[in-house]
Amino acid sequence: MPKTGIGVTVIRKEACNKVTGDAKYTNDFISVGILTAKMVTSTCAHAAIKKIDIAQASSLPGVRAIITGDNCSVIYGPLLEDRPPLAHKKVRYYGEPIALVVADNEFIASQAVFLIKVEYEPLPVVNSPSEAIRQGAVILHENLGSYKTVVEDVYPKPGTNICDQKQIRKGDIQKGFFESDIIEEARFILPQSDHIAMETRTAQAKINADGTVFIRSASQAPHGIKKEISKVFGLEEGKVIVEVPFVGGGFGGKASIQLELLAYMASKAVGGREIKIINSRENDIVTSPCRMGLEAIIKLGASKDGKLKAIQMTYLVDTGAYSDTGPRLARAIAVDCTGPYNIDNVWCDVLCVYTNHPYVTAFRGFGHASYTFCIERMIDKLARRLQMDPAEFRKINSLLPNHTTPTQVKVTESNFGNLVACIDKLKTLINWEEGDRLEIGNDKIKAKGMACLWKTSNSPPDEVSGVFLTFNEDGSINLNCGCVEYGPAMKTTAAQILSEKLKMDINRIYVNMDVNTKYSPKHWKTVASMTTFMLGRAVLRAAEDVIRQLKSLAAVVLRCPPENLEVEDEKIYVKSDPAIFLNFKDLVHGYKYNNGNSVEGQILGRGSFIMSDINVLDKETGKGKAGPYWTVGAQAVEIEFDKKEYTYRFIKAATVMDAGNLLNPSMAESLVKGGMCMGLGLGSRECFNYGPEGEVLDTSLRSYKVMHFGETPQYLVEFVETPQLDSPYEARGIAEHGIIGIPAALGNALSVAVQAELDELPLVPETIWRIKTGGVL
Amino acid sequence: MYSLKGKNIVQLNVNKEIHDVVIRPSDVLLNTLRDQLGLTGAKPGCENGDCGACTVLIDGWPVKSCLMLTVEALGKKITTVEGLKNVPIQKAFIEKFAFQCGYCTSGFLLVCHALATIHPYPPDIVIDEWLQSNICRCTSYEEIGNAVRAILSGEI
Amino acid sequence: MISFDFEYYRPDTLKEAVDIFLKLDKEGKSPVYYGGGTELISMARVGSQSFGAVVDIKNIPECKVLGFNADTLCLGSAITLSDITEANYFPLLSKTAGRIADHTMQGKITFGGNLASTIIYRETVLPLLLTNARLTVAGKNGLAEVEIGQVFKERLRLQKGEFLVKATIDKKFLIAPYFHVKKTKNEKIDYPLITAEGLKLDGYVRIAFSGLASYPFREANIENMLNDSSLEFSQRADKIVQALSGVITSDLYGSAEYRKYVLKNTIVNILETLKDQ
Repeated sequence: MPKTGIGVTVIRKEACNKVTGDAKYTNDFISVGILTAKMVTSTCAHAAIKKIDIAQASSLPGVRAIITGDNCSVIYGPLLEDRPPLAHKKVRYYGEPIALVVADNEFIASQAVFLIKVEYEPLPVVNSPSEAIRQGAVILHENLGSYKTVVEDVYPKPGTNICDQKQIRKGDIQKGFFESDIIEEARFILPQSDHIAMETRTAQAKINADGTVFIRSASQAPHGIKKEISKVFGLEEGKVIVEVPFVGGGFGGKASIQLELLAYMASKAVGGREIKIINSRENDIVTSPCRMGLEAIIKLGASKDGKLKAIQMTYLVDTGAYSDTGPRLARAIAVDCTGPYNIDNVWCDVLCVYTNHPYVTAFRGFGHASYTFCIERMIDKLARRLQMDPAEFRKINSLLPNHTTPTQVKVTESNFGNLVACIDKLKTLINWEEGDRLEIGNDKIKAKGMACLWKTSNSPPDEVSGVFLTFNEDGSINLNCGCVEYGPAMKTTAAQILSEKLKMDINRIYVNMDVNTKYSPKHWKTVASMTTFMLGRAVLRAAEDVIRQLKSLAAVVLRCPPENLEVEDEKIYVKSDPAIFLNFKDLVHGYKYNNGNSVEGQILGRGSFIMSDINVLDKETGKGKAGPYWTVGAQAVEIEFDKKEYTYRFIKAATVMDAGNLLNPSMAESLVKGGMCMGLGLGSRECFNYGPEGEVLDTSLRSYKVMHFGETPQYLVEFVETPQLDSPYEARGIAEHGIIGIPAALGNALSVAVQAELDELPLVPETIWRIKTGGVL
Repeated sequence: MYSLKGKNIVQLNVNKEIHDVVIRPSDVLLNTLRDQLGLTGAKPGCENGDCGACTVLIDGWPVKSCLMLTVEALGKKITTVEGLKNVPIQKAFIEKFAFQCGYCTSGFLLVCHALATIHPYPPDIVIDEWLQSNICRCTSYEEIGNAVRAILSGEI
Repeated sequence: MISFDFEYYRPDTLKEAVDIFLKLDKEGKSPVYYGGGTELISMARVGSQSFGAVVDIKNIPECKVLGFNADTLCLGSAITLSDITEANYFPLLSKTAGRIADHTMQGKITFGGNLASTIIYRETVLPLLLTNARLTVAGKNGLAEVEIGQVFKERLRLQKGEFLVKATIDKKFLIAPYFHVKKTKNEKIDYPLITAEGLKLDGYVRIAFSGLASYPFREANIENMLNDSSLEFSQRADKIVQALSGVITSDLYGSAEYRKYVLKNTIVNILETLKDQ
């Protein structure tokens, strides 16, 4: 049999659909008679809404309904219920939805939107996280104390702008600093930025006369939508059906629920008619949730021989105007706050604070790319103070088996992998020994910087995945799962795992590319690089389930004990004599004897998985386990810097990651490179610029710049494979991780090149010039 | 002098077929292709000419269909991704892992296909210039570069 | 999606164009001349421009010229930026056109559209300012040929109903040593922080800028400073920065202070590069 399971490069299942235009995304489902809903959004970052004049818009022929916050009492949040889907009485960020127009088509809906006049009374704005916690700061949510918390571990502080606080207390911080010979301290500023998935967020909704609600959405969380819509609007969960076709990129941005609520409200307002709501790019950038901003103050101490002794950190997560996923980001930062280093004395506060900025949600790396920039800059600063090679410094401080993490989880080879091996391999890959700063003439400097990364998932402790397997009469298999296909080929991964387990040709395994909550088993959300782990485990169980059934039936037909049988290549054969066998096709829809008598029926496989051994973290110390394992890696960036112009170009970017076991090598490499490319964008150009009144200035791709073709470096990607024993075929999640250390490695490379401490992002030439020269001619 | 007022039935030549469509002068080509002809391969990504996801070919040259009035395309040959039938760049994109989510893919394919047709032996700088018109958010672009070079070199 | 209606006219002659424009104007339809349309469509979508009719000049032969007529290069207003770069008759103009927007957009944006843009950069005017180009303008009284400086002051200033037909450039400029420097915030494809371009003619350096101020310009006193051989290069640069400091803008793409820094470097680099030419 040709090798088609794991460990070989497999072309993604939907490849052909994606090069022919056949792959359909939410907005490609165009039905006759569908109405268009369009948002009116706030032009102020913080203001009381004095009046919304809808008279002119309402009288426009073809306008079917206009909804404002006054017609909607809902208040929503996945963790803390603080956000009205349409602003009520006041707006808290630039771009916040204020009203929703439903009209016969986009042409009329857009006209109506232009005709709605909103009167504001501006309020003072909170324009940064540090302003948010200042004494006497304007309070965004005066009713914070009465908001309902949805989960047990969110700790809002009424009367402040702090919607959650997570803390880590490990060891004795005073003692740690006392034992430190050298202490570095620095402050970091990272503004918010955006996902810029190429498909903007969009949703469609319809409510049938029997109360069945149908939602189609560009989402990473179809089952989450089903649960939340039914909860928020008091519907029976079985009556909410959510369908997600192909999704045009997610990066975490489509894990939150926003347009789906509005879509339901819009459909409801027009008697359940089918409606669509599509984000313009401008709305997708500011109105829908973005990537968190971060401010940090870090103090890090080490002994003369280069051992890290103590770290004190205060992180302020800019969650924007509403909490949404912010508290989970705060927790993720707390859990891994030190980076993958062994530090006995850790004191960390992570405050999740409201500002008058767009609210935030998950973004590739889930907070890790942000805090890692801070930590890895600190590591470099300290290494240089100690006159140690930054690579060696990282190696001697790497977490190792039997050390403990900030949340006091014991490190094992399986749950952590091998960071030292990654660093060693990276050094070779990037030619570290060459030196990290070389003058190459013409005012040019070639410089290198490195950073390490680690990340565990931060799922709720009881999240599930599941798989159904059915057979076609020819013996091929249909794999039905609830994970969404938005790029990283997880459907193909599931097929690979099944193919490996059943020892059958992957081309004979068909996977549902869309998800429909009515038919597909629940999968938590397609996030957190956890799909291979969770779904993969469910696939293995489903495979075992069908193997058991097939053997049991074949045992009857072949008159032998089931344990004498083996499954391979769509056959069940007798181990001692493979010439005695039955084909799948003869068994999977029941076995028919020669005389027509038939036994059994369809073979239906099921596999289910629930996260285990994950805890809610201790409120005071943070002690507890947030995820099943870590993925670790080391990354480097090499740049050529122009001393005169303060410009630079990327030469190389390198990653060595501990993948556990590579399931699909070329795909893995491509995912890591994609992450690196995004990391270079975050490091070098991507951010929101805010005006003095808190308005986001970069609302289109004209001014919000992402990486383009031809601007990228040579990519070098290699892997270390330390088995993760609980994972399907020992694989670790890697889909997000390529991004995590890249901004930090770039910051380190540029700091070396410029000979200045570059502690903010993004590092555009003007920023470097300002930091180096003080911004004067 | 040609003129168009209000809604009219006009003919478009798309993928070598003639189609009747109803347009108003302010309609942009992207919407006409998608909403009236079901050619959803051209994707809205920004409707501002910045991302290239809606790129189609007009008489063989790439054009962002979000910034072209449908009326401007009358009498011209329009090619969308649905009109590419087993051209080498499609195979190259698959084999070189040149897409993940697939949303930007149609636009990139058409730019690459036009480049290979118009400039079969482009220097690197020309490849860069042409492909910088589009944004891919998933890949590292290296894969897309490998795909276009594979067809230019005749490897695929 | 543009959320308002307008009428579309595609005249075949200059006269038809002017006539229909004036007629539409009289009817209160707020007509606009239409070239590539990229700017009009994107602005119409977000509601920052509206018009009741467009007069598309892309079918008028006089607006489509691209080539030589005796000792002049003629550039029709409806030729695209790609037409300019592909033909490459005037390398400085090709460089300029090749750095506006992206390659695909260059196939749609017209030369005249860029010159008449409401966006402040209008970079294709720089080669015209440097070469004292002549512009042919169509209006109700027929065609008029004027020196660029007469109608381009910060932006193209035409009377109602007038539109640009073509620009003509004396051949002698096409072979002069030139420079084109476009500095952006970070990205290759972006609006300019500073675009500085120029020619060296009879030992004298001409220079024009876009991005530096809220309009493109060429100024005699700046050129005099640039050519003042009594001063070192960096002194000349300082003097120019000083002279322009009142007009240098501060925006999302860069602060005025940073622009000054980049300007100074750029001028010194240009002088260094040109000194042996």
